[in-house]
Amino acid sequence: MTETPSPRDRISDALRTANADGKVGLIPFITAGYPDKDVFVDTLKAIACEGDVVEVGVPFSDPMADGVTIQRSSHAAIAAGVSLQWILDELKAAGDIGAPIVLMSYLNPLLAFGFDELAEKSAAAGVCGFIVPDLPWEESESFRHSLDSKGLALVQLVTPVTPDARLELLCKGSQGFVYAVTITGITGGDVALPPEVTNYLDQVNSHTELPVCAGFGVRHAEQVDNLGKHASGVIVGSALVERLEAGDDPAAFLASLRA
Amino acid sequence: MESDIDEQQGADLLARLIRNELPDEHGRYGPFGGCYAPETLVPALTRLAENVYRYLDDDDFMAHLDSQLRGWVGRPTPLTLAAGLGKRWGAEVYLKREDLAHTGAHKINNALGQALLAREMGAKQVIAETGAGQHGVATAAACARVGIPCTVYMGAVDIQRQAPNVDRMYQLGAKVVAVETGDRTLRAAIDEAFRNWVADPEGSYYLLGSAVGPHPYPYLVQRLQSVIGTEAREQMLNIAGELPDLAVACVGGGSNAIGLFHPMLADDSVEFLGVEAGGHGPGLGDNSATLAAGKPGVLHGSYSVLLYDGDGQIQDTHSISAGLDYPGVGPEHSLLKTIGRVSYVTATDESALSALQECCAVEGILSALESAHAFAGAREWAQQNPGKRILIGLSGRGDKDMPTLSQHIPSPLVATGDAA
Repeated sequence: MTETPSPRDRISDALRTANADGKVGLIPFITAGYPDKDVFVDTLKAIACEGDVVEVGVPFSDPMADGVTIQRSSHAAIAAGVSLQWILDELKAAGDIGAPIVLMSYLNPLLAFGFDELAEKSAAAGVCGFIVPDLPWEESESFRHSLDSKGLALVQLVTPVTPDARLELLCKGSQGFVYAVTITGITGGDVALPPEVTNYLDQVNSHTELPVCAGFGVRHAEQVDNLGKHASGVIVGSALVERLEAGDDPAAFLASLRA
Repeated sequence: MESDIDEQQGADLLARLIRNELPDEHGRYGPFGGCYAPETLVPALTRLAENVYRYLDDDDFMAHLDSQLRGWVGRPTPLTLAAGLGKRWGAEVYLKREDLAHTGAHKINNALGQALLAREMGAKQVIAETGAGQHGVATAAACARVGIPCTVYMGAVDIQRQAPNVDRMYQLGAKVVAVETGDRTLRAAIDEAFRNWVADPEGSYYLLGSAVGPHPYPYLVQRLQSVIGTEAREQMLNIAGELPDLAVACVGGGSNAIGLFHPMLADDSVEFLGVEAGGHGPGLGDNSATLAAGKPGVLHGSYSVLLYDGDGQIQDTHSISAGLDYPGVGPEHSLLKTIGRVSYVTATDESALSALQECCAVEGILSALESAHAFAGAREWAQQNPGKRILIGLSGRGDKDMPTLSQHIPSPLVATGDAA
């Protein structure tokens, strides 16, 4: 009998499996309930077929690390009544969607929910981990403590301006994967791949055994292919949300990224 | 993250605050404060904190700041005995005249200090947010003086209601960016300034205008604004012969209030009153009364009292004064409220307007709408506590508010021949 992997290990396992199949790991991101609340779970299942891990954005009124696309999707989702409680209820009702789920949320909705209750309800809803862009390592102890009790991951972000000693600290502390922000800026841009970026990704890799996934500004197959030489996976957010807004088939777009 | 503090813990925290041991090494004022910033900004904030502690304790830097405050800002600002208001209120009323500081408000104390710090740190450009436009104007002026290019983010709603200040910023050489996202007021302007800082954390210096934000900003702003309370304390002793029974200031983010209060926190005989914007009334979204109606949470980098709903979404706010129209408050104020050293009340739009008119009529001073909230709070306190000595922080002048004032109180023109 094999032991059931912890939720956080399911994330790294899914990315390693993709790599073992000769593929770049793919983590699609959507803002929960956007653009259409009624098809949230259907959309999630569709992108889970193409992605290895799925990142679900909890909308927040003041997304200060996000560009215009995620600002727009967040405000619309809040206006439509999407909340953390609604998301957890939907996910629990949906059961296994076919890929591990990571929730991306700013801190205040998590604080308002209560950390311990959140960890319990997230685990019950099949959530495997969290990405919290306004929660630096130094402030994260109490949240990590709550997540630890359920084996959930708190994914650490690193950036091109992170000093080496801090990079080591964050890589050591991360769970599930290491989120390597490719650009010094907010989400939604278009990342070029100069040698600085690839050198930086190689440096991040040198500090961790966990999969390293590159995010912010990923929108084309060529980028995915190039980033894949230096990272275990890529995160595609704003570009996917824009496809959903345009009414395009998200699965076809995601498939085209790894064609 | 608990904010339950018993009486003994409160007394200890106050003693530490007075001894300048707060914020602690984690940027905390008891449970409040901290540094909740995107990872991209963490190295920049660490570097800023190192430089704040280095330069604010450097005699040469502080002597240069002091000489600029005297020669360019016009400090010390006067303390004015407001005999007319005193007579009407049955009190002895003094005004600390930040409206007479260069650019017309207390904001210049912070903007100048931080612009000088930005130059020492080798910043290539300064970015800033503004609500009422006073911080934007002060930053534009300070950057022109110090010689650093400056970009100011301002909500589209505020651009409408504080139009004179937009033109002043242009004249002073700043680039003004209209923020059309979010609530299009101060809060959205701060979001946008942070986004732009994230794009260039090493070359840009973010000149935050209130005692809010991630560590070290609340401390930095308190230190630079404490010139208000330090001067006022000495002036009270020289002019009134005694300290005030009450010091009053308006509170949005809380920079002028912390500047007035902090240097007198050790004076046990002095009571403090912070006056928040009560807007149209107590309903959700009708005011900006953060400390009166909020609970602890995280926005714009610090753990402090905030207005948010059950899902953690930050609430839209309202105030007639753009400078108070903000759903958060500085972490030191959250501590001072929790330990009971400062009382916080609200004044509605209507009572602020009537206080503004009263001050014009009997003192010949047009105060800013923000500061008018302090007058309204002081007036009410005076009614309940007759015969007391009251010090009001007059944080800024009201010229910028003329578009709003004209809307609420139209000026009747007197025709020739009717003048007599």
